[in-house]
Order: sequence, then C-alpha cells, then structure tokens
Amino acid sequence: MRILVMGINHRTAPVELRERVAFDPEQARRAAAELTRSSRDGRPLLREAAVLSTCNRSELYAVLDHNAAEPIPALRDYFAAFHRLPAAVLESSLYVYEDAGAVRHLFRVAAGLDSMLLGEAEILGQVREAYQRAFTNGTTGPVLNRMFQGALEAGRKVRSQTALGAGPMSVAFAAVKLAEQIFGHLRERSALIVGAGTVGEQLVEHLRNRKIQHLLVANRSWERASALAARFHGEAIRWEELSRIWAQPDIVVTSLAVHEPWLTRAELEKAMAVRGNRPLFVIDLGVPRNVEAAAGTLYNVYLYNLDSLAEIVEQNRRARQQEIPRAEQIVEEHVARFEAWWAASEMVELLRTLRHRGTVPDAAALDQRLERMHELSPQERRDLRRIAEELLALARLEPEAQLRHVPALRERVRRLDLVRDLLGITKGTV
Amino acid sequence: MPTSIAALLLYAFSLVLYLWLLYTNRPWVGISATTMLAGGLLVHYFSLMERARALDSVPYQDLSGSLSLFAWLLALTYLGLEMFHRQRSVGAFVVPVVFMLALFSTVFAPHQPPAPPEAHSTVFALHVTLNILAYSAFAIAFVLSVIFLLQNRMLRGRAPGRTFWRFPALELLERMSRSSVAVGLLALSVGIVLGLVVSREVRGRFWSNDPKEIISLVLLFSYAAYLWLGRTTRWRGARASWLCVLNFVVVLFSLTVVNLYLSKFHRYF
Repeated sequence: MRILVMGINHRTAPVELRERVAFDPEQARRAAAELTRSSRDGRPLLREAAVLSTCNRSELYAVLDHNAAEPIPALRDYFAAFHRLPAAVLESSLYVYEDAGAVRHLFRVAAGLDSMLLGEAEILGQVREAYQRAFTNGTTGPVLNRMFQGALEAGRKVRSQTALGAGPMSVAFAAVKLAEQIFGHLRERSALIVGAGTVGEQLVEHLRNRKIQHLLVANRSWERASALAARFHGEAIRWEELSRIWAQPDIVVTSLAVHEPWLTRAELEKAMAVRGNRPLFVIDLGVPRNVEAAAGTLYNVYLYNLDSLAEIVEQNRRARQQEIPRAEQIVEEHVARFEAWWAASEMVELLRTLRHRGTVPDAAALDQRLERMHELSPQERRDLRRIAEELLALARLEPEAQLRHVPALRERVRRLDLVRDLLGITKGTV
Repeated sequence: MPTSIAALLLYAFSLVLYLWLLYTNRPWVGISATTMLAGGLLVHYFSLMERARALDSVPYQDLSGSLSLFAWLLALTYLGLEMFHRQRSVGAFVVPVVFMLALFSTVFAPHQPPAPPEAHSTVFALHVTLNILAYSAFAIAFVLSVIFLLQNRMLRGRAPGRTFWRFPALELLERMSRSSVAVGLLALSVGIVLGLVVSREVRGRFWSNDPKEIISLVLLFSYAAYLWLGRTTRWRGARASWLCVLNFVVVLFSLTVVNLYLSKFHRYF
C-alpha cells in the first residue's frame, strides 16, 4: 500500500491560486467520496482519501494499492478538473509526497511547523475537522485513521511540550495581550481609539473579540470620528472634549498622522491626576510617534510604541524558531511510530493472505470445528478461540517489535511488494 | 511520624504539578495540583491533631511543631485565595514555601517541653493559631507583591520574558494581595485581643510592654496603612506593593530577632 499527499500551500502558490483550489466542507466530502468510489473499470482510484483545506493549503491525502497504475497524473488531473482549471496551471504549484514523506508532511502540518505563521494554533483544529469529516463520510480506512490520529497526537504534544506556539506574533495581538497582563479581563474596561490604521483596526477587532465594554473614538475631524465610531460600534468624541474624558479609558490606541506628538507628558500628567493614578495603557501606533516619549516615565502609565511592540513580536518569533528542533524531534518520534505500525500491518496483511491460502482455517471454519467438539462446554470453546487468537497475536509480536526498533527493516518490509507480486496476491484479496 | 510524611509527599506532588502548570498551562494539571494540595492539607491536619492531642495543646513550643503549623496555615490560606480568585499560577511560588516548611518540621525532631498550664486553654490555642494564620496571609501577600513588582518592571521596561505571559494580570495580583492582607489583618486583630486575654490570665495584666506586643501592634498599623494607602491616588500600584514587601520584612524581624532575643514569652511565633 502507498500513502500519497498532493496539494498546494502558501509556499508554492499565491493566494489567487490557493483561493481557486480551496475545498469547502461539502466539496471536500464530495472529492474524497468520488475518489474512493468505484470507477468505470470497477476499481476505485483510491482506497482511502481525506481532504485538508485551509486558507493556506489545499491537500489531498490518499492511500492506494502498491501496484496502482500512474496514480499521480490521474490525481493531478482530478484535482484540476474538480476546480475547473487546466492541469498546466497547477503543474508548478502542486507538490507530492509519498509514504514516509507524506506522513511526515501531515505530522508537521498538524504541529504548526508548516504554517505561514510558525506554530499557529488553528491548524490543529482544522486537521481534526478535516479528519472527522472524512471519517464520518466513510472515506478513511485503517491507514488514514491511524495517520490522522498520530498527526493530532504529535500536534498536541508539540503544543504542550514546546513553546512553538507561545507568545503573540502580531503587533495588534501583542498589544492586546499586554493589556490583559495589566488589567486582566477587558470586559469591564474601556478604550479610546484616536485615528485609524491597519494595525489600529486589527487591534480594535481584538478588543471587540474580548468584549471590551466601551469604545470611545476621537479624531481631529468630527466627520471622520463619527464614521469610525459607527464602524467600530463605539461612541464618537469631539476633539475639543478629549481632555474632559480622561477618567474613562483604560487603554488608549493612537495612530494619527501628525508631525508632532499630540499627547504630551504634561497632558498625560493631567490625565493621570483626573484618573486618580489608575493604570493607563497607551499604545502609540503612529509614525512619527503620537505620544511624547517622556510620558512613559509617568507613574502607572504603560507606554508602548510600534517599535517596542514589534520588538516583542520579533522576540517571540525568535523564541518560536528556537523551538523548531524540539518540535521536529517530536514529529519524528511519531512518524517512526506510525511507520512501525504501518510496516507491521503490511506484514500482518501479507501473512493473513498467506494463511488464508494455506491450511490454517479461517474463523468460521474454526468455529465450525469447535461446534463439533461436543464434549467442550461453551466456556471451553471460547477459551480455545481466544487461545487461537492469542497465538496469532503472538506470532505478530516479534515482527512488530523488530519493526519498531530496527528502522532499516521498515524499508525492507515495504519491499514485500515483491513477494506479493511473486505469489500473485493482488489488492482486494484481503 | 507517617502522616506528616504522607502530607509532605502530597505537598511535593502538588509542587511539581504547580511548576508544570507554569510550563504547560493545561487545566487538568492545575486541577490535579489543587487536589494534591487539598489532600496534603487534610492529611497534615490529622497529623497536627494527633500531635495536639498528645500535648493537649497547640504544637507551638518547639521548632518542629511551629513550622508544621505555619506550613499548614500557609497552605490553607493559599488554597482559600486560589479558590476565591480562581487563579492558580501563583501556586508555583507559594507551595515551595509550604513544602520547605513542612520538610524542616519533619527534619527537626519534635522535642516539645511539657506545656505550661496556660497552654491548655482554648483561648490560648486560638491566639496561637490566628496569629500564625495572619503571618501566613502576610507571607502570601509578600509573594504576590514581589510578583507584581517583577511583572510591573518587565512591563515598564517593555521587555516581557517568556514566562511573563503565564502570570496573572497586575490588577489581579493587586487584588489578591489585598484580600490576603485583609484576611491577615482580621486574624491578627483577633489574635492580639486573644493574646491580651491570655496575658491577663497568666500575668494578671493585659499589657506587659513586651517587644513582641509592641511589634505586633506596629504590624497591625502598617498593614492597615497598606490597605488604606493602596487605594489612594499616589500609592496605588507599585508603591503599595513596595510597602507590602517592607511590611513583611518587619514580620520576619518579629519572627526572628524579636522572638529569639527580645521577647520574654514568645519563642517561635
């Protein structure tokens, strides 16, 4: 049996192309079902199939027979045809990994090692969903089940045992996390938003996700302030009234295009007096800076500008990168475990086929013979059956252990294909 | 004593789990840590009771007993605080102290001299217990204030480290510290009053101008000042936390120098 993954991701294709080959959940189900259903010549292209599609990747995981003819071009054509694209468009963007390479790829994806944002958390959930979808749809089998479960386990382990996913990785998120380190829950807090930019808007989005109680929006022009307030579902404040509302906000986000800092130390000093020195978190996203640097030394004022936030993000990025070797090691351990299982199951399958052809009776025949032994009680029959099963398991034990501990064996076991061909065992006989 | 060893083991498990929690932040680790701590508390309680019954008094007069009692009350206060504020990340700092105290109390063999007659009264037992409870609450407030100051320093220096993100918010640290001090103040006030009652029974007068009595009053006022100043405009935040740290230095002074060299009738607490 072979395992294969074919797909495109953020490294091989631009977003325009990724969008065109994305599978929505229904499409993912349909594609996997079509590929595992019998085709015209009565044989399905794939034994097992699952589709993983996120905004950064579209991948098709497949298990097929070892002697399937030319599966890669067939799959590529299917991939292109499904999305109504000429195959040539995908040619340069599609990657294919086989066997251990495919397994390793999925495990690395689940661990967040293959993500655009190293170590991001969402991918693990997306892999889980893709697997559950394929599982309930009945397109997975023993191999993909084991493989996806292994990937999820590896992903969970990487999350819990390494810092690959630790620390915020965007300026906006870092700012919100800092706010939470100062205030705890933001539910009973309010924020003042002055001006708007890309990062500022992301920040507002994060604040709203955290159910911030109140958003005040100010701008030099009243029209702009009210427009922004409407968009952020906040309350617009007139510029002239700004100095009167300092008791309210706990967080100030400013990103005005100004040449001189509009928020001076003197102004903030007055603000802190009005606030009774309650902590104030000032996030200066402006370039040039909106807040006088000296304001940062005021008691209970926490001032962060774009540079200091970017520095935190950079530190986190470096910290995550340092964790890559540990994460890769965990992935490798799980890949090895899967490979051992896979090689063992291949061998068991082969042995079972051979047994079927030989003298060992199958379960039904065994049952019949047991039935005929009238002198045995039902309990004794059950015992005998269990002993037979245990003997078979025992026969598998040593090979499995060997495969687990001698990596070189796995490759050789894979070459059992040769034995299969020699004995004329084709797919479907088991 | 097997029960005290069992309690020590449970504290050790709990300590490992709290440290692990700081590292992984997984809910089940936290729940197990708390469960272990609660188990340790329960077993430790029976160990203390066993001892108290044998003495017919609070085990306070030797180092082993007083450390054991302190460890138990510290764990108890911490557990209460954790349940009240639903915040476990401080456990990694408090439980080590509990463990160390419990460890020392088992290392030093108990050599309790026979308790004086006044030590058999309930009022006396309450006086000792409540005062140690106050000290343990102050110890926790101290730990929380130190974390606050470190956290605040990192925030103001704009250089949060890796474990930084696991700690509770400044706001919560402040609230936890305040509620801890509030518990401590209540226990200390009642404890002092009971101490005066005991003093009256034993020495025939409420107040003897003993250095221990004086420093206890000083503590009462300085912690009350912390609670009050911590709410004012000038002091809220880091300054209040410094005050809390300073107050605990006085507590340590009272527990060491005053007890050993100055006081006439307080040896260990």
